Amino acid sequence: MNTVKTVVKPSSSSAFDVERIRADFPILKLKIDGKALIYLDNAASSQMPQPVIDRLVRYQFTQHANIHRAVYYLSETATFEYEEARRKLQRFINADEDREVIFTSGTTDAINLVMHGYGRKFIKTGDEIILTTLEHHSNIVPWQMLAEETGAKIRVVPINDAGELLIDEYEKLFNERTKLVGVIHVSNALGTINPVKHMIEFAHTHGVPVLVDGAQATPHMQVDVQDLDCDFYAFSGHKLCGPTGIGVLYGKAGLLEKMQPFKGGGDMILSVTFKKTTYNTIPYKFEAGTPPIAAAIGLGAAVDYLSTIGMNVIPLHEQNLLNYATEQMSHMPGVHIIGTAKHKASVISFTVDGIHPHDIGTLLNQEGVAVRTGHHCAQPVMQRFKVSATSRASFAFYNTLAEVDELIAGIRTVQKVFA
Amino acid sequence: MANYKALYQEVILDHNKKPRNYGTLANASHHAVGHNPLCGDHINVALNLDGECIDNIAFQGESCAICKASTSMMTTTVKGKSRAEAEILIHEFLAMATGKLDLNRLNNIGRLAVFSGVCDLPTRVKCAILPWHTLQAALNSVASTSTEAEKDPMHAPIGNA
Repeated sequence: MNTVKTVVKPSSSSAFDVERIRADFPILKLKIDGKALIYLDNAASSQMPQPVIDRLVRYQFTQHANIHRAVYYLSETATFEYEEARRKLQRFINADEDREVIFTSGTTDAINLVMHGYGRKFIKTGDEIILTTLEHHSNIVPWQMLAEETGAKIRVVPINDAGELLIDEYEKLFNERTKLVGVIHVSNALGTINPVKHMIEFAHTHGVPVLVDGAQATPHMQVDVQDLDCDFYAFSGHKLCGPTGIGVLYGKAGLLEKMQPFKGGGDMILSVTFKKTTYNTIPYKFEAGTPPIAAAIGLGAAVDYLSTIGMNVIPLHEQNLLNYATEQMSHMPGVHIIGTAKHKASVISFTVDGIHPHDIGTLLNQEGVAVRTGHHCAQPVMQRFKVSATSRASFAFYNTLAEVDELIAGIRTVQKVFA
Repeated sequence: MANYKALYQEVILDHNKKPRNYGTLANASHHAVGHNPLCGDHINVALNLDGECIDNIAFQGESCAICKASTSMMTTTVKGKSRAEAEILIHEFLAMATGKLDLNRLNNIGRLAVFSGVCDLPTRVKCAILPWHTLQAALNSVASTSTEAEKDPMHAPIGNA
């Protein structure tokens, strides 16, 4: 009676014990109106495992004070733990030096830092910035603000019907006025994994630095900023099983040193008089004011947790989920997957004939299934596919094949309601 | 959460599938476009006032089922009513959708009570009230309105990252 039976359910890898992993996440035991929570909005924010919660509690219970200031025990401890978190993040993305890791409030803040620190200093009237159709609003709007301020121009890399960047077109956009490339590593709306390594290599042949928005890539794959050779790499803590309010901007030390500060205040200075202020060295030059210390330490614990599972193992399980969901959805009449790139992370955007995504979202919620509906802060992507919104299921390593079945059954229920 | 399962009732699904008064209105005396920028939904409401009476009303647009059914039922309810009666209904509907109307007290809501459950779904309230908001704009000869306009009683940014 249904097409589920025609799709062979893959067996979970024996090396990956998803049930044991789920036990680490207290929130996954939650019931929504009596139904088990099926959390498939991981691209928006991931859930936090017990070791990270415990780390936050331990910090607040025994280690909290302001950092980089006082000489007493607690302040020294907090400072050490904060800097230790920076080194954990450095290892997580394989940065060359810990001072190349700047704590920000998130990806948006990190991109704005590059816009103010690099863009406002080095990008002038008539200069060009290359962005892609797949960008999240957070990697579009700051550059539009800069363009408005300076008279710089934004050039946009188009995509094909599968949601893949047209690399030939990308390469044609370069000229002597090109000053920066901004590219999303993994599309939050479609899941497309972009060939950023190649794009960076090409930009560098023109002497152009590249900013990579890694918010959606870091949860799904091993990221090595030295291997990519990217100039900037921005990502968020709360999509990595860490707290909200913390993120990272990686930047090559040489570039960060040339940049102007973004925010002024305490901690980012060496000396202040009313005549002249001398700025601190990197990374502190970009960390004005008291940072989110607990959140940074929590993020350090989160990347430790992810590394214990293995950033090389996580994508294997997630691809299993993605392939299973894709296979089933592509057999469902009236269901259309938006974004069918060859290389995708575990994100699946879809529409259902005659049913608005918000109605799908509300009705799936009745089955306990949490998906995102809307434009995903990527309106240019929606415009390209001529839809105003989609529904999006995004899988994390703690999701199961059985949860994919629940999603599929939920979509069938929605179709029945609207039949 | 008690009512939300009841939101997608037969009558709402029926109006979504077969919207009443759907289309354009030749020589409309009043019209307005309502937008919900958070989801891209938009509806056009056109009406003819004959003196103080809403002689005819029609709508067109793209929206979710809640919005479309709400618009369809709004048109059937206010057609033939006076401007003053429509204003009272607008007021009562907005109050109901935001959980501020006591349905046990005398009111004019009638069949529109099927939308009462929406007050338990804060992210969907705007879908239900958009047509009423647009009707108000049309009656006041305001060409376009938005759920994010400051005059909207539900104006409050809902996160959309």
